[in-house]
Amino acid sequence: MHRSLGEKLWSFTIWAVVVFFVLNLLAMIGSVVVDSLGTHWFNTWLPAGFTPQWYVMAWEEFQLPQILLVTAEVVGAVVLISGLIGVPTAYAMARRNFPGKQAVMLLFLLPLLVPPITYGIPMATVLYQAHLAGTIWGVILANLVPTVPFVILIMIPFVEQIDPRIEAAARVFGAGMGRLFVQVLVPLLTPGILAALLLVLVRTIAMFELTFLTSGPTSQTLVVALYYAVFAAGVRSQQSIDAMAVVYMVTTLIWLLIALQFVNPTQIVTRAKQ
Amino acid sequence: MSVTHLTLRRRLRERGLDGVTLLVLPGVLFVLVLFIYPFIYGLVLSFQPKEGGGWLANYRKFFTEPFLYETIWLTLQIAIPATLLNTVLSVPVALRVRLMKRQKLLTTILVIPITLGTVMVADGLLTYLGPRGWLNRILLEFGISDSPLRLIHNYWGVMLSLVISGFPFTFLLTLSYVTGIDPALEQAGAMLGARSRQRFFRILLPLLAPGLAITLALAFVQAFTVFPSAILLGAPAGPTRVISIVAYQAAFEQFDYPLASAIAMLMALIQVVIIAALLGARTLVFRGPVSTGKG
Repeated sequence: MHRSLGEKLWSFTIWAVVVFFVLNLLAMIGSVVVDSLGTHWFNTWLPAGFTPQWYVMAWEEFQLPQILLVTAEVVGAVVLISGLIGVPTAYAMARRNFPGKQAVMLLFLLPLLVPPITYGIPMATVLYQAHLAGTIWGVILANLVPTVPFVILIMIPFVEQIDPRIEAAARVFGAGMGRLFVQVLVPLLTPGILAALLLVLVRTIAMFELTFLTSGPTSQTLVVALYYAVFAAGVRSQQSIDAMAVVYMVTTLIWLLIALQFVNPTQIVTRAKQ
Repeated sequence: MSVTHLTLRRRLRERGLDGVTLLVLPGVLFVLVLFIYPFIYGLVLSFQPKEGGGWLANYRKFFTEPFLYETIWLTLQIAIPATLLNTVLSVPVALRVRLMKRQKLLTTILVIPITLGTVMVADGLLTYLGPRGWLNRILLEFGISDSPLRLIHNYWGVMLSLVISGFPFTFLLTLSYVTGIDPALEQAGAMLGARSRQRFFRILLPLLAPGLAITLALAFVQAFTVFPSAILLGAPAGPTRVISIVAYQAAFEQFDYPLASAIAMLMALIQVVIIAALLGARTLVFRGPVSTGKG
């Protein structure tokens, strides 16, 4: 196909923008990694020497073992509960037409459209009144607010593509609701459930606002601890903060890589199919 | 008794209400208790000012104190340019990437800043853009600048963080809309002699308009609620004192929950107004059968 000079220039410009963006992004990540491993870094391209000492320091100073444990507990509970609530709800939403279904759909869309900081402040107020904020359960409940609707909206198309005659057959052979779910639907829905829950997992590790607004000293997750470390920069060395940032980054990116085996990167952004 | 019971059951089932439908209840209850109720609670609370002065006192306070009402303008000054820049950049890039065979590497790289989140991006940019960071080193070494540029703890730090995490978001969203457009439509235009510029403005853009309106709305809402990077990378006492910072400070530093709720309600209101305007503009500007096409 013949292309004019103008089109070639335009195409080149677009690629230049993309390459420039990606290079800056990688340099941003790279400078954190390099800084966390360097001894001294002042007015040179690379640090004077390399050392793992900042990781040892971050591990002790920031109480990383405790923070990692809390993060794992919060993320695990959020994944489990949002799956348990979300999948059956998605099943009913996909299979039944009932009066007010549109309103219910809107109800599930709202927590995904309204940004966390907007609803997080009144929600944290309510959780404080209920004496739940500051505890790990407050953090879990807060994080479930966007993830339950997220699971529902992802799972609806997955349920819709299952042939209803399979369920009918299971019913004919005497399967009740419980057996239908455990022995028929869950195995058939496994790819969808896996995708939805992995996305919930990645989003919950990185969910800053809701955790920040509802956590107390003993219920901080990794991302909130990182925020406080950066916020109080100067109290501790930048290198140990960056070491903690690398720990956070590795945790997130491992799960992202696993999630990307089951979902398309664009699905991480398109939260809801309209 | 059992007959009426049966018919009631049947009548309900005909309307789609049976045991399966009840499975929506846990989900619905959950959202009602933890999302809708707090919102209504916050709305009511915002009309019960801590220090008295009538039910509108919190809102009056917000709009009479420059320290508070200026945050709307400060936030818009950050959010609108960031949203426009990210969306305008996304369209040509998405149209080009659409033609690529192996998009997955690029989309995977671009999903990283979204996944890492704003706190991590803020920490990364503090190191990368700082006076001793790689960016300033390059600028000095190649003689592009005489002295290190001040890119952190000011407006530009927040702006750049919104581009780093916002551009991938708008790009991936636009890409998903662009790939939904049937390539045959553009080929038909090309066969009928439309140049690439004409094909873009006459075929692709109208088809893309509904998706773009949604992209703009979502991107704006995210930029408008910028929070951790405005504190960490910006000047939270000065040019980047965004509305979410004063809402947070009211709630968790002054413990004035009613005022904080009022600010949160105003945030929600501004978002709703902008989203409604964008989605309304979509139907005003592009009307006709073409906008109901695939995509």
